[in-house]
Amino acid sequence: MTNGHPREVTLSCPLPLRDYPTVQMAHGGGGRLMQELIEGLFLPGFAAGRPAIPHDSALVEVGRERLAFTTDSFVVTPLFFPGGDIGTLAVCGTVNDLAMTGAKPLYLSAGFILEEGLPLDTLRRIVESMRQAADEAGVQIVTGDTKVVDRGRGDGMYINTAGIGLIGPRTDIRPGRVEPGDAVLLSGDLGRHGIAVMSVREGLDFAGAPESDCAPLHGLVETMLAADGELHCLRDLTRGGLAAALNEIARHAQVGIELEEAAIPVCEGVRSACELLGLDPLYAANEGRLVAFCPAESVEEVLHLMHAHPLAESPAVIGLVVDEHPGVVELQSPFGGGRILDLLSGEQMPRIC
Amino acid sequence: MKYLDEYRNADAARSLVRAIAARVTRPWNIMEVCGGQTHAIVRFALDEILPDEIRLIHGPGCPVCVTPLETIDRAIALAARPEVILCSFGDMLRVPGSGKDLFTVKSEGGDVRVVYSPIDAVTLARKHPDRQVVFFAIGFETTAPANAMAAVQAARLGLENFSMLVAHVLVPPAIRAVLDVPDCRVQGFLAAGHVCTVMGAAEYRPLAERYRVPIVITGFEPLDILRGVLMCVEQLESGRHEVANAYPRAVRPEGNPAAQRQVAEVFEPTGRKWRGIGEIPASGWRLGPAYARFDAERRFDLGHITAEEPDACRAGDVLQGRLRPCECPSFGVECTPEQPLGALMVSAEGACAAYYRYRRK
Repeated sequence: MTNGHPREVTLSCPLPLRDYPTVQMAHGGGGRLMQELIEGLFLPGFAAGRPAIPHDSALVEVGRERLAFTTDSFVVTPLFFPGGDIGTLAVCGTVNDLAMTGAKPLYLSAGFILEEGLPLDTLRRIVESMRQAADEAGVQIVTGDTKVVDRGRGDGMYINTAGIGLIGPRTDIRPGRVEPGDAVLLSGDLGRHGIAVMSVREGLDFAGAPESDCAPLHGLVETMLAADGELHCLRDLTRGGLAAALNEIARHAQVGIELEEAAIPVCEGVRSACELLGLDPLYAANEGRLVAFCPAESVEEVLHLMHAHPLAESPAVIGLVVDEHPGVVELQSPFGGGRILDLLSGEQMPRIC
Repeated sequence: MKYLDEYRNADAARSLVRAIAARVTRPWNIMEVCGGQTHAIVRFALDEILPDEIRLIHGPGCPVCVTPLETIDRAIALAARPEVILCSFGDMLRVPGSGKDLFTVKSEGGDVRVVYSPIDAVTLARKHPDRQVVFFAIGFETTAPANAMAAVQAARLGLENFSMLVAHVLVPPAIRAVLDVPDCRVQGFLAAGHVCTVMGAAEYRPLAERYRVPIVITGFEPLDILRGVLMCVEQLESGRHEVANAYPRAVRPEGNPAAQRQVAEVFEPTGRKWRGIGEIPASGWRLGPAYARFDAERRFDLGHITAEEPDACRAGDVLQGRLRPCECPSFGVECTPEQPLGALMVSAEGACAAYYRYRRK
């Protein structure tokens, strides 16, 4: 455009990508594409005719007992990161998924996919981490499987764990019970695991990164269940962070969720790293944090019990469940305005500038 | 967090808003040039707390949004070559070219890597002497010095397998393009602070004088932006049109001479196509003669890849302040970040994407 020949500015763009014909990384990122994959492909394939409940574990009945049953696969690179390794994650992740139903975790399986050339010493260290984590969680690893793939076909190792736990007769904790008036409680500060792993990825070493929050949460859940009042729902925060967890629950329970941004704890190290990389801690991964939904009259007691537990480092009431805007999570800015806390497409991408 | 918390203080923000309200007597349209500012305005809901008279118009300062279709197609063609490792900043990967995006090429076996610094791409080239490492160098004046440094290092190391696909664009010609549009509604500008950290203030003075618009160099935190708006409103209300600096903690009047020298050594001015705006003369940088051997377009002969940009969205109206993103009929319906109709919906810094993420109701 020259000064002599002004013309209309019209930004335009190509036809959109309607959908991807192949699997993208974002299909595993905990965001919208993954949700579409589950709802559009897996559920029709495996659960046709049964209601789809976005819970961390399946609830199954065997005789008179109610069991929680879950599985999770771990593909983290690098295998070791500040505050843990793939083995700790593999045990804690599955224990936490069981615990979010209020179950007492009992037995785990462990499947290993090992890459040719992986040092046995590395495997030994990871098995030792798994043993320690299992001891801490009071679960037994009772069965397993090993496969080896050609060098170059795996990132050292992948682990799958599955687990079962026993649910008490009066325990009823699930997303469908969340209702307007419930308070949203958060057990601790956000984003430590995501930033810890990112801090040791290739090309991104930075100092002062926090350690992963990776920890088994069933002990904390057990403590919270001791409250006289009710707990409606629990959810551990993993990929996609607080934003993904709350969006899933709001959608399933058809309620709105309103959060106070200023009430959400984020530690200095995570905040700095997120500022530097253009990331939002509300979407960053966690491995040792949970949100709890409980009616207003139970809040004080539940919060008190959480405070007494070492794994709830800075528990806080961060928001409220409302009738308005069902399925949508809103965030109140300290400046007075509000905004939506939406699901991302896939993983967060660092911004350019 | 030092240098952030004090610029996100809600009480201080409210008192700045009161100062703006006390000064304003009539409606004003102010354009924030940079996508980073747009992102902060919507994220912190600053437009909702400003007096009704102040309308913020979101400018063309998102490098992802303005990189033309054919450059993306060239990057995609490069990434599909088996010998190439294409390195890019993260948010470029989701931008659709004519047919696909870089994510799709990656899933089809292309070696596409996200880097955080252009120097990482140079390191990759040293590590993989058998591969061709191409760095996708996009951005405004802010990212140019580091990108220039990558070329200088590659030259020093004598790397034969490193090159850059350069799509650098410049802010002042874009401001001129906005002002040249008939019935332009923009009455004042918040200039992009970090661009001025590199380039200084001088090149904005002829623009302010010629078009009689105040241009206030502005930062990216809520208080920075509100201070920029206040300084702009003060000029507008008193009929002045000067270049002012509301971001003195990062911007010196002369900019960063060392960075400017680095850029001048490596790059030379060139005309560039802007997505949706079209060709703007002398609105970008390309590798100059001393570094032309690192130009990926020459090395891989990409000149034949061209693309016409179909009119598919009303981003032009958004850019001129005639339409807010959420007033567009396509917004959130057939146009979403997963399926963008327009460039403004693609990047986190695009106005439509910022509205979609924070304001969809």
